[in-house]
Amino acid sequence: MTLGTWLALLVALVLAAEAVRALRHRGLRSERWRRFFRHRTTSWGLGILTFLVLVALAAPLIAPFDPSRQLDILNLTNRPPSWTFLLGTDLLSRDVWSRVVYGARVSLGIGALGALMAVSLGTLVGAVAGYYQRWIDTVLMRGVDVGLALPRIFVLLMAVALWDGLPFPALVITIGLTSWFGTSRLVRAEVLSLRQRDFVAAARALGADNGRVIFRHVLPNAAAPIIVSAALGVGNVLLLEASLSFLGIGIKPPGASWGNMIADGAPSIYTAPWSTIFPGLAISLVVMSLNAVADGVRDALDPREDAA
Amino acid sequence: MTGAAWLLRRLVASVAIIFAVVTFVFILIHLAPGKPCGQVGGGEYVDRAACDQLVKQFGLDKSIPEQYWRYLVALAHGNLGYSFSLHRPVQDAIADTIPFTLQLAGAALLLDFVLGLGLGIYQAVRVNRLPDIVIGNVTLFIYSLPTFWLALLLLLIFGEKLRWFPVGGPNDLVLCPVVDSLYCVADRLWHLVLPAATLGLVGAAGTARFQRAAMLEVATQDFVRTARAKGLPERRVVLRHELRNALLSFITRFGLAFPFLLTGAVLIETIYAWPGMGRLAFDAILSRDYPLVTATALIASVVVVAGNLLADILLGVADPRLRVRADTDLVLTA
Repeated sequence: MTLGTWLALLVALVLAAEAVRALRHRGLRSERWRRFFRHRTTSWGLGILTFLVLVALAAPLIAPFDPSRQLDILNLTNRPPSWTFLLGTDLLSRDVWSRVVYGARVSLGIGALGALMAVSLGTLVGAVAGYYQRWIDTVLMRGVDVGLALPRIFVLLMAVALWDGLPFPALVITIGLTSWFGTSRLVRAEVLSLRQRDFVAAARALGADNGRVIFRHVLPNAAAPIIVSAALGVGNVLLLEASLSFLGIGIKPPGASWGNMIADGAPSIYTAPWSTIFPGLAISLVVMSLNAVADGVRDALDPREDAA
Repeated sequence: MTGAAWLLRRLVASVAIIFAVVTFVFILIHLAPGKPCGQVGGGEYVDRAACDQLVKQFGLDKSIPEQYWRYLVALAHGNLGYSFSLHRPVQDAIADTIPFTLQLAGAALLLDFVLGLGLGIYQAVRVNRLPDIVIGNVTLFIYSLPTFWLALLLLLIFGEKLRWFPVGGPNDLVLCPVVDSLYCVADRLWHLVLPAATLGLVGAAGTARFQRAAMLEVATQDFVRTARAKGLPERRVVLRHELRNALLSFITRFGLAFPFLLTGAVLIETIYAWPGMGRLAFDAILSRDYPLVTATALIASVVVVAGNLLADILLGVADPRLRVRADTDLVLTA
């Protein structure tokens, strides 16, 4: 670690803390934002997420080494954490800290993209099924039943293992395509009750077409469950990618993802636990932060508390 | 609609779902590039003639619709096929592994529910006080751990450093190759601790969070206020009024526990060298063992669908209100 990397790390830390503080300060003015920040864990979660996103974006500044470079296969394998190698080195003499930093790009990227795709698809299907009802609803929801009946790790294992060496975009799409079923059920239930409400009838009486009613009137009112399932979705997709990479069929080496780092470290866990522990800790931190933020969003957008 | 008609409809729907899953899996694996033969025994270095003979023997040279039809006919006769990679009937391979997965899942589920419900109820009673906040933060953290990483950590700490528990396998190979004595049953349980704790702890953290929220949700309702207003002791309000109603939503969670356990089984069994169905499924996929892959997917979907159905039936039995509300096909009508 050089002075520059420490400095970059410090800047990221301060920026994240300041961002959360500014948001909290601004939030004091609105009831919803106050509810969002009611639990201290939400602020922490938001701070950790901001920090890790900054780290991922500024990876070249914060990582002292090339994440895939084997520094010295003879003398530097499985070195414990030190000031030079902040989190130690792995079996192939790569710097664990640099790999965790660059792995953030892959893991957070897959999480965000996969969840974005899953939530969009789930929202669309749920809205169409709930709004149009009749046979469209029946067909879509029976499809969802089938999708939920097989644990998605089976489908993903088959897709990823059988089509050997699936490229990154295909991996994201496959994960997205298998992760939207739960969201679509939630959104459908919400839309079913919303479409009975007077404001929907009013919008239709004013001549709004179906697309407008769905996107401008119904879905904005179903925002709470959609946002919550998006936040949880990022964590789920990240865990899924990690599981696949851990089983050796996700992100291909030498590229670093937190999942394949754990897989790489696992064989030497008794002698060099740091190369397994730290990427796992990173995953846990992100998923925990997302869960905390989802709790906050749930509190903030709870309609029952709006009335109170 | 009567309860019996509802049950019949749900059963038919369940069979249809499982049939769709099997069809989907069948199509997916047959669409995948590569033949099972090329993978067995070292990729490209396979005798072409031997490979062709095997392909012919298992009927893989037929068209996909024809293979599908033959598979369905065999399935209707209760025949799951012959495993390419294990060289034995799929039924036997699955029958050998199911007990291990049941033991693992059963122990994990027990820990999940007992610990999770206990913590969730305790938190709800002490809501927003120190114990609730501490337990809340701990469960939030554990709930967020990747199960396979927790498995490795537990192995490192309790298996390698402290040496309290064995580091893998279902039993002691020297003293208990087969479980035939009381000592060997204890040995099995001892081997079961770490894998079951891994799955059970993560599950319990989720259950505790769920149960706490369900209890607090019920606590805002009028009948709880009435119970308190008429002077019932707090204990009775919590246990008889809040808990009983909060358990209704817990039943739904029970139905959703099965996909979690099956997913966990694939990873946990791989790490702990536990010879269960999850590991069998994973190995089958890697070796392109078509009949074995389809069969494990079939069983997984049966478990999930049966879990949902069981939860719905229990819900209908436990909550008479659901029998009159007939707005969805998920509820019983008396």
